[in-house]
Amino acid sequence: MTSQISTMQTVDENLNCVYVKPDTLTDARLHYCPGCGHGVIHRVLMEVVDELGIREETVGVAPVGCAVFAYNYMDIDMQEAAHGRASAVATGVKRMLPHRYVFSYQGDGDLAAIGTAETIHTVNRGENILMIFVNNAIYGMTGGQMAPTTLLGMKTSTTPSGRISSGVGHPLKITELIALLPGAGYVTRQSVHTPNAVRKLKKALTRGFTMQREQQGTSFIEIVSNCPSGWKMNPLDSNRWLEENMLTVFPPGDLKTPSERKKES
Amino acid sequence: MGELQLMKGNEALAEAAIRAGCKGYFGYPITPQSEILEYLSEHGPPRGMTVLQAESEVASINMVYGAAGAGARAMTSSSSPGISLMQEGLSYIACAELPCLIVNVNRGGPGLGTIQPSQGDYFQSTKGGGHGDYRLIVLAPSSVQEMASFVFEGFDLADRYRNPVLILADGALGQMMEKVTFPAYDPEEHRILKPWATDGARDGKERRIITSLHIQPEKMEELNLRLEAKYNLIREQEVRFELVEAADADILIVAYGLSARIAHRAVDLARERGINAGLLRPISLFPFPTEAIRALAERVRGVLVVEMNAGQMVEDVRLAVEGAVPVRWFGRMGGIVPSPDEVLQVIEQMDGAPQETVAEEVYQ
Repeated sequence: MTSQISTMQTVDENLNCVYVKPDTLTDARLHYCPGCGHGVIHRVLMEVVDELGIREETVGVAPVGCAVFAYNYMDIDMQEAAHGRASAVATGVKRMLPHRYVFSYQGDGDLAAIGTAETIHTVNRGENILMIFVNNAIYGMTGGQMAPTTLLGMKTSTTPSGRISSGVGHPLKITELIALLPGAGYVTRQSVHTPNAVRKLKKALTRGFTMQREQQGTSFIEIVSNCPSGWKMNPLDSNRWLEENMLTVFPPGDLKTPSERKKES
Repeated sequence: MGELQLMKGNEALAEAAIRAGCKGYFGYPITPQSEILEYLSEHGPPRGMTVLQAESEVASINMVYGAAGAGARAMTSSSSPGISLMQEGLSYIACAELPCLIVNVNRGGPGLGTIQPSQGDYFQSTKGGGHGDYRLIVLAPSSVQEMASFVFEGFDLADRYRNPVLILADGALGQMMEKVTFPAYDPEEHRILKPWATDGARDGKERRIITSLHIQPEKMEELNLRLEAKYNLIREQEVRFELVEAADADILIVAYGLSARIAHRAVDLARERGINAGLLRPISLFPFPTEAIRALAERVRGVLVVEMNAGQMVEDVRLAVEGAVPVRWFGRMGGIVPSPDEVLQVIEQMDGAPQETVAEEVYQ
């Protein structure tokens, strides 16, 4: 087997095709650091768009942060929002185009610090969109500063001795807050550090899109991810560290499903 | 045909927005313009407009970004402190070249200031306001009729130039009641294709990206130059102003909005006293009627700028006059509206003053 696999068909006719790049992912070279979860998340997201056959019906909103160039990789109509405002921009798009599938894609600083008001109120209105929240507990793009979700004890360039709750507070579990809001239809926390986690994420994303058809309120998917550069670890260690530390504070699983929402109302 | 109605400025503007085919209004309550949000909340949805009370002005302007980017006619309205909160979003909208309408019913500042009328946001409206090199097209109504008319014109200009348009009114124009006639206007006839809009990459179309990020300096400069070319075209094509008794004027008043109404009255009073005063009312504050002011400055003895601020538009007038004649400023602030008599007194001083005295006052 060759390591230069672009399309499986060219390798050996007798092999089964186990992976192809989704059509809706462009050929642009990802700018993400080696081992970063964003690449996997982009791929799974576009796989879901392809499998649902909604490429031409989908509008995405990119954040400010590491995923600021998401529109270079996702071959769909996209808007680039100001820092923290992706869910407000997505609201504007969805209200004008209620039959399109609309998603926002934001990091922890974007969604849970500067954009907290927009996040809470978008979900509280029950905007019929999918909000994707990539939590890697650090500001990656600006060079590794403390994020609202930075774990206690975690060293960043602005918490050089490790985050302590005194003065800068505790890691913000915004997804738990979101789950309290009646406008939220589906709230789940997933990760991308193992193949099994990626499979589960794909199911969650599929649900996040199909719920828009059924007008079931906001879908909110937190994806606990890694930042090998910001965490100063190699990719393998970062995924191990994620499992042992991040998932303790941010445990994966559904926080709210549409059936639970019905009970509320 | 047109229908004559008696309406408040804010309500006339809101009604015009529905008639202009605005599909998305996003706003947050603030005095003295909350009637716009209230009127649209009642009358907008039954007539096909999405009206959303947002959690803040920050959210409002970013919702406008999304809605305009989706290809719809979209707008927001606010008053001074709320418009300050929108400046970041406006900069992004200007860079992404999204057509939309913003209404500022100006109140007194700085800070929380006062809810009374002011023109203290001239700099913010015409010189950028947010970060980076950009311009809004700024229209300044001076009557309830224009509060309505400029909505139609504003949306058309926004679409034509892919540029945000600001209607800069003030608290008095928003609150006063006057007769207004709504023109016959069919939004369908004014609809232009927006192939850049992100409404789904359907029918084999190339997908579209709306962004204000151009990280390579060469690309960013290319965009800056393209924007400047657009602003220059707007300067050539879209200057709007009104002249009152200017042809034989010895003293020319330059005033916009509510101040222009007061100045108009002062011109009448001056003429009754045998002083040849005239008025130039800038209607478009960007583009500014620089050439018209320059041409008139060659024929008059002095220019008086009347504003409800500490002297903002006077800077643009001085740039236009280029020292040809003395330029004097008179204004009130803090929500105080100057009276025609106060303006008349200044005109009389200028009329009686020898040339040198007036000239000295300019540089005080």
